[in-house]
Amino acid sequence: MNKFNKYIKGYISGIKSLLIGMRTSMKVFLQPKVTEEYPENRHTTLHIPERHRAKLIMIHDENNQHHCIACGLCQNACPNDTIKVISEMKEDEDGKKKKVLVKYQYDLGSCMFCELCVNACPHGAIAFSNDFENAVFEKDKLILQLNNEGATLAKNNKI
Amino acid sequence: MKQAFLNYYDITPVTTWIHETLCSVMPEGLAIFLESLAVGVIVLLMYAILAIILIYMERKVCAAFQCRIGPNRVGGKGGLLQVPADVIKILTKEIIHLKRADQLLYALAPFLVILASILTFSCLPWNNGAEILHMNIGILFVLAASSIGILGILLAGWSSNSKYTMIGAVRSGAMLISYELSIGITVLTMVMLSGTMDIQQIVYNQADGWNIFKGHIPAILAFVIYLIAGNAEANRGPFDLAEAEQELTAGYHTEYSGIHFGFFYLAEYLNLFITSGIAATLFLGGWMPLHIPGLDGFNAVMDYIPGIVWFLGKTFFVVFLLMWIKWTFPRLRIDQVLTLEWKYLMPLSLIVLVIMTACVVFGLVF
Repeated sequence: MNKFNKYIKGYISGIKSLLIGMRTSMKVFLQPKVTEEYPENRHTTLHIPERHRAKLIMIHDENNQHHCIACGLCQNACPNDTIKVISEMKEDEDGKKKKVLVKYQYDLGSCMFCELCVNACPHGAIAFSNDFENAVFEKDKLILQLNNEGATLAKNNKI
Repeated sequence: MKQAFLNYYDITPVTTWIHETLCSVMPEGLAIFLESLAVGVIVLLMYAILAIILIYMERKVCAAFQCRIGPNRVGGKGGLLQVPADVIKILTKEIIHLKRADQLLYALAPFLVILASILTFSCLPWNNGAEILHMNIGILFVLAASSIGILGILLAGWSSNSKYTMIGAVRSGAMLISYELSIGITVLTMVMLSGTMDIQQIVYNQADGWNIFKGHIPAILAFVIYLIAGNAEANRGPFDLAEAEQELTAGYHTEYSGIHFGFFYLAEYLNLFITSGIAATLFLGGWMPLHIPGLDGFNAVMDYIPGIVWFLGKTFFVVFLLMWIKWTFPRLRIDQVLTLEWKYLMPLSLIVLVIMTACVVFGLVF
């Protein structure tokens, strides 16, 4: 008799658990889907976290001025030789000799997005943006110049 | 059979007219041959189209149960052309011949599987007057013909000379033979209620109420048992251990490619449809419209929906139920599968058969 009771109990609890499972899956069936339809949702629901590192940029303000003093710390910090800071010596109006940035060259193809360059920068001149659509057809196009053409050093050189 | 609504969409006059027209210009033998040819082409076409619809439905329903969208790129919105594209791809693939396989049986197996599937497919009651294979033991013929498929699966597994296929085939053989019992007993239960084995007659008997309402408790229990056993019979859902991808790559059809693989794939989906179609016939009234006693206006509206729409609607409803089961439960082990059948389903179906018999004898059915 004991065995029979066990059998019946097992039967009922089995059916119960199956029904719970079916209820759960029906709930999932009816809820909104989680799939992101990527190229279509570019301007609507696409969400890339702000701190996602996709591409190195140099921050320019509205007067087309950046904060890079061409010290080369980022270039030294980079483990992959991704960054090349090309600078020249110039005399300013006070007659002092100063290093001025000519070209800030960044090779996206060899960057591993470790953010050591951003951490090394004493003036917060560079940052990582979350603009992730970086695919190009030719390797040469991955070598980017980060400072805008004709951009100058900001006067107020504080962060 | 006195009800007028049965004749709204009866296509018997059309078929009779076609037959008489043909007979007036050619000998009767030739006419029958041509008609059979046409019906055969129609059956094969429907078979292929339904397979495409079912595969698409499976992918969409499966996606929804997993909180995804499913195919949505090929063919504009909703990915409607995804499955036709897959079909064309499979047609262009090479059929690989194995060196150490049993050539004859290896080539024969997919045809046996698809033959069994098409034979049972032709027994479904599509519409009033649209039965293709009509005999007075129709439901028995369905059970018998569907068993040929097991033979094909066993042959495929054995003849491809591979461990995976062999294990898959033996598993599926053991499982199908066990679950045939439950199917047989539940079908017998409904035969008990209808008093006939003729599929068309079973449908006619449900003109004044579907079997699942007429037979109340035992019929509902039988319906559930039939769904579980039918799912196993179609080699699907929690019972797909014959092709358990994670263990056996693809089970019995591992070594097949091209259209031979396509046949197995097609038969698998159509077996799902056939199982659901038989369930719809036995329990949900085949092509009979839904009638609620007392609501005459509602009943009259229902009568104007053609039988084929009713049949396909009910069948796809059952298909959805089976997909719901499939995408909810994890796969069972072979011993669990056999335990479920021999210790739980079979005794229950026998009890249901006895209850149904008692109900019919004492007039407790509607």
